[in-house]
Amino acid sequence: MAKVLMKGNEAVGAAAIKAGCRYFFGYPITPQNEVPEYMSKELPKVGGVFLQAESEVAAINMVYGAAGAGARVMTSSSSPGISLKQEGISYIAGAELPCVIVNMMRGGPGLGSIQAAQADYFQATRGGGNGDYRHIVYAPASIQETVDIMMEAFDIADIYRIPVMILGDGMIGQMMEAVEFKEYVPRELPEKDWATSGTKEMKSPRVVNSLYLEPELLQEHNVNLEKKHKIIEEKEVRYEATGIEDAEVVCVAYGTTARVAKNAIDDLAKEGIKVGLIRPITLWPFPHEAFDKINPQAKGLLTIEMSMGQMIDDVKIASNGRWPVAFEGKTGGLVPSSVDVVNAVKKMIGGAK
Amino acid sequence: MSTIVYKKTKALNDTQFHYCPGCTHGIIHKLIGESLVELGVLGEAIGVASVGCSALCYKYFNCDVQQAAHGRAPAVATGIKRVRPENVVFTLQGDGDLASIGAAEIVHAAHRGEKITTIFVNNAIYGMTGGQMAPTTLIGQKATTAPEGRTEEHSGKPLKIAEMLATIDGAKYVERVSVHNPAAVRKAKKAIKRAFQCQLEGKGFAIVEVLSTCPTNWGMTPVNALGWVESDMIPYYPLGNLRDFEEAK
Repeated sequence: MAKVLMKGNEAVGAAAIKAGCRYFFGYPITPQNEVPEYMSKELPKVGGVFLQAESEVAAINMVYGAAGAGARVMTSSSSPGISLKQEGISYIAGAELPCVIVNMMRGGPGLGSIQAAQADYFQATRGGGNGDYRHIVYAPASIQETVDIMMEAFDIADIYRIPVMILGDGMIGQMMEAVEFKEYVPRELPEKDWATSGTKEMKSPRVVNSLYLEPELLQEHNVNLEKKHKIIEEKEVRYEATGIEDAEVVCVAYGTTARVAKNAIDDLAKEGIKVGLIRPITLWPFPHEAFDKINPQAKGLLTIEMSMGQMIDDVKIASNGRWPVAFEGKTGGLVPSSVDVVNAVKKMIGGAK
Repeated sequence: MSTIVYKKTKALNDTQFHYCPGCTHGIIHKLIGESLVELGVLGEAIGVASVGCSALCYKYFNCDVQQAAHGRAPAVATGIKRVRPENVVFTLQGDGDLASIGAAEIVHAAHRGEKITTIFVNNAIYGMTGGQMAPTTLIGQKATTAPEGRTEEHSGKPLKIAEMLATIDGAKYVERVSVHNPAAVRKAKKAIKRAFQCQLEGKGFAIVEVLSTCPTNWGMTPVNALGWVESDMIPYYPLGNLRDFEEAK
């Protein structure tokens, strides 16, 4: 298929529909409004339903109901709206329902700003809702990658019966790039033999639920969830790693900041400074294995984020004391420049703190 | 030869209710179940349990049920109904759930005219959490968070949900009933069945507010609790139909 020029947010909607998503429940918030706008226009054409909810809280609970009824369903929002969805995400994870949630991140905390940021890493990877749960987090760095991941995300959600979050930012949502929509080829998916569809007085009643009042049963439920999480950690880790085996410094960045890092790495290469890159594509599960391939003599790792430093915690865990870990970042809607990254790398090589 | 004159509806299974002695919640279960069976839609029914004493209702109904977060049952029901318009979707919610934390969800489900049926159990208190004040707690009524009794000055007057929702165009059937005596139970049954009929005919949102007892948290005997519904609740929460889909045409 030929490439088309598309805005990130609209590409998200187009990819979702191609992947068979037929239900969208959302609420307006900048900078992701083009997702619900696109869906309101396009879903009815394919027999789907777009519904603007009264709040993000309601929207995620509509997703719960639709997912529990067996539908391929999604919602999208941006940081403060995603905060409101956390209750529902915890229930969806607890009830083991599949769905896709898009977060086009903006600056925080609170109302923050409407400019792009990466300050929801903790919330996305640790869970802003209550309880021992996890959900998969993809962090695409281009619109093409966003589209490719969207097409797979629904299948992944179905396979593991887990919420899948696409963690973009205002930059990914608002910019335009050429994209190619590949043909959606569904994987072999398990039957949704748990979905509420009415018993027809033939089947025994199905219950979609996250309540387990007996402690032993709730523990068993959590143990089973953890088993599922371990399988996801084994099978679903994705990352891009370049030049890390012989690097002096390795940059670690995802999404928009990974693009900045790549520019800086090219500039540093021209000066003869070897810098590698680890770009996590899944933030959870985090690509710990990538760090085992880093040059043991590297001078350090540089985490680059549009935040005050959140992923750096995972980078420190992954490096496990093997290398010093430094941070370069901007926040509030500002984006670090490649010059910032070049200077930070030089500072590390020079031995400065 | 003996003849069977009464038996438990097949819409309920044999699990023993967790409801306290004297609580009328069990009667409400029965009325919902009988209505579904009489309308021939038990096999199409998908219930939505809420949070509070009704949270565990999925244990008792012989139909599919989704358990929702506190107050969110109308949103969950919306998601289900939009995916499966051919199914019969209902929520069972208490007054803490519906009138307090879920006020936005119920108002907007009514506002959109969602083709769902809500059975709203109003016992003027938070039952499951142990007797805290609800938006529906009467003036002067004692609660664990209103130890001297509710006052208008501090907490406002109790919220009249049926009257409030009856102002919304999308709400096509709104009625308040009680289950404190056999005559009232018969009327309640009629209303609940009609609220499902409203959905079956695709008219819009339907709600039946059912005044219910909570002897445990009211600190009353079951008999006195039934009397209190009549002497104190009904004068403030008058029974009757507020909207019917025939006249709403």
